Amino acid sequence: MQAPDASLARLIDRVDSARARRAPLEIRGGGTKRFYGEAPAGTPLDMTELSGISSYEPTELVVTARAGTRLEDLEAALEEHGQCLPFEPPRFAQGSTVGGMVAAGLSGPARASAGSVRDHVLGITLLNGRSEVLTFGGQVSKNVAGYDVSRLLVGSLGVLGIICDVSMKVLPVSVATTTLTFDWDEQQALENLSRWAGQPWPINATAWHAERLYLRLAGARAAVATACERLGGERMETGAAKTWWLGVRDQSAEFFALDAASSARGESLWRLSVPAVAAALALPGQQFIEWGGAQRWWRTTAPGTEVREAAARAGGHATLIRGADRTQVFAPLNSVLMRVHQGLKKAFDPDGIFNPGRLYAGL
Amino acid sequence: MAVSVSTSLAGPEVQRLQRQNDVVAALIKVLPHEAILFRHEDTAPFECDALTAYRNSPMVVVLPDSEAQVAAILRICHKMGVPVVARGAGTGLSGGATPHHTGVVLSLAKFNKLKIDPKSCTAIAQCGVRNLAISEAAAPYGLYYAPDPSSQIACTIGGNVAENSGGVHCLKYGLTLHNVLRVRGFMADGEAVEFGSQALDAPGLDLLSIIIGSEGMLAVTTEVTVKLIPKPQLARCIMASFRDIESAGAAVASVIAHGIIPAGLEMMDKAMTAAVDAFVHADYDLEAAAILLCESDGTPEEVEEEIAHMEAVLRAAGASRIEVSRDEAQRLKFWSGRKNAFPASGGISPDYMCMDSTIPRKRLAEMLRAIQQMEAKYGLRCVNVFHAGDGNLHPLILFDAEDADEMRRCELFGADILETSVRLGGTVTGEHGVGVEKLNSMCVQFSPAERAQFLGVKSAFDPLELLNPGKVIPTLQRCAEYGKMHVHRGMLPFPELPRF
Repeated sequence: MQAPDASLARLIDRVDSARARRAPLEIRGGGTKRFYGEAPAGTPLDMTELSGISSYEPTELVVTARAGTRLEDLEAALEEHGQCLPFEPPRFAQGSTVGGMVAAGLSGPARASAGSVRDHVLGITLLNGRSEVLTFGGQVSKNVAGYDVSRLLVGSLGVLGIICDVSMKVLPVSVATTTLTFDWDEQQALENLSRWAGQPWPINATAWHAERLYLRLAGARAAVATACERLGGERMETGAAKTWWLGVRDQSAEFFALDAASSARGESLWRLSVPAVAAALALPGQQFIEWGGAQRWWRTTAPGTEVREAAARAGGHATLIRGADRTQVFAPLNSVLMRVHQGLKKAFDPDGIFNPGRLYAGL
Repeated sequence: MAVSVSTSLAGPEVQRLQRQNDVVAALIKVLPHEAILFRHEDTAPFECDALTAYRNSPMVVVLPDSEAQVAAILRICHKMGVPVVARGAGTGLSGGATPHHTGVVLSLAKFNKLKIDPKSCTAIAQCGVRNLAISEAAAPYGLYYAPDPSSQIACTIGGNVAENSGGVHCLKYGLTLHNVLRVRGFMADGEAVEFGSQALDAPGLDLLSIIIGSEGMLAVTTEVTVKLIPKPQLARCIMASFRDIESAGAAVASVIAHGIIPAGLEMMDKAMTAAVDAFVHADYDLEAAAILLCESDGTPEEVEEEIAHMEAVLRAAGASRIEVSRDEAQRLKFWSGRKNAFPASGGISPDYMCMDSTIPRKRLAEMLRAIQQMEAKYGLRCVNVFHAGDGNLHPLILFDAEDADEMRRCELFGADILETSVRLGGTVTGEHGVGVEKLNSMCVQFSPAERAQFLGVKSAFDPLELLNPGKVIPTLQRCAEYGKMHVHRGMLPFPELPRF
């Protein structure tokens, strides 16, 4: 094992001292997702110094970057070689980082067809709560040596340790992309999405809002052209389509912005993850549907219990994304799963110093 | 005098018989007689999986047919401290289902119910359903289950979950991990549990990720929800010949560099093509140093566009001969050779040992050269088939198990391949799992702290270490023994470890 570099060595020192003082740390990258999860607690630990692309070989379809690397820098490097992060991680604002992307585990519009952040993570180097630097997975896509700890860390919100380096599978940008729109109500949109899901169309992303379905096709030129011909709808102008999908991806579209007035009305933004074929959900407020029906955003004044029950009845779960009352953000776990969570926390972070309570109280 | 048996020999055996009696007596309360096997002649078929070199006689084998029975068995074993080894079809290649001498083998073969839901493009399969049976049942709806390990006709979905199985199409369609939504099963203490959900994610830590590929050590899987995807309308395959292995390796990189993700990208060296062509007459180019099989699938328009692109790239990369399958019969003929690589190797040698490591694609030629040198070093032949698209290698070392010295050299050869793979930036197992076979190699790939962290994960799920104990994660002591001969990542092995 090579000697850790200066920035990693400083992180190890910080962990040592936090353990000695039992003083929790809030692991922080670009700080663009501090709104997500339960309220952050602890002394901020800045990760942006640990940055840079450590290796990138386009022919391997693999990139390795340090946690503090800005997503915009990583994506620009990939773009130079005609490649991308196919799961379109939301950036929310400038400065979001690779580590934050993995820790939050959030994926963008193409998730239903291209897979999630977790699906693309190949390896992670972790600094755990015993100040040990550990590497799990690697830089190859087929790897079953040991438990798949690197993917366990995706979406862990930093509660198991500090994500230091990440290796990811990347993909070529599609040759052809076209967005079609259909003026359909929710029922029509859901029915057609369900029908198309069982057919070999090159559907890359879907979004439904305000009585309109947006369908992004991506793939081989011929495949996209045929799909445009057969599926009908209106073709969206390229620039406008790009802007629209960016708004969805980064949640900069108007629907996702909760201002003071909406908060005053008691509105919260919820994310409901349900089976794509779930029937229309009856909640008060406005809805934005993605992932072929599998991700349904609600701006609603309904109390949390009502939202959670609606999600559970549909076979899924609900997460509070933005709202006044930031407690019980994630759907509660049953006792068996909670016991496993507690066991994992103890195994990785025995002194409980990393992002305490960010995922669940007590973790 | 009758009891004055040599306690050093008979003692443990007597204890085991007593233990067997007690365990059977407890199990008989929750299972019908015919679902409990304990006589040697009945348990013999369960002594090994497809890695037949490792055998162990199980104390008891149980064959439950309901989740309630599984829960009851686990509760009993948990209470009595009996190890449990879950087993599907027993097709695993790394000894993951090798029984425990004083444990129970939990055979889940009777869990064979399958429900296809074409509307949601999912299937709910009990763990004993065969991989291929899912695609067969989904076919009338134009759907299929993508991961296709070579044993798919026999292997079960529960086993696929345990091993995170791949197949020849995973570069484009992913591994088991990418195609499973939810796993239902039981914890070591018999409590029911679900990982993942019918939706695309579940709250909390992504436990589904760690269950998949955990080789039956964290929980017992009884039911799996898998994704089904539309069956491609058409598939065509290119067979490309290369005069040297360097240009074949470079061609693989070039295909990817041109933005192509083939449905399959396989490589065979000259020795392999000779062996398989004699076995199935796949019309391979026997003059070539290596051949590539490069497949495109999708709509007819997509395939036409992609095949033309692939052909141009392979030609530019120096292919000496290119043939594109004209029809389905010819495509299957191209694949028949690849799919018969293992039996064909059995035809040219009394025994072969199948390796399974992964390296970065760009190192393929370098690895083949290294293997050629090892052939000379160990005095054994090796034929090579690669899932080149994923950099996953299956070198087959040819040897005669009757010859103790060949056996010994074969093991050294295998270990050398695995360690070279790690040195080239790869991993000791791409898709066959660690099981018992690669425990030593785990000492090479992971540091003591990393292995201790794995044990911490195990303990979070199964604190009494009853599920498939002794697999996957080697003990410190074992690695210390192995480490005496090896140096880890340029450092002396385990300097912090006391030596006795």
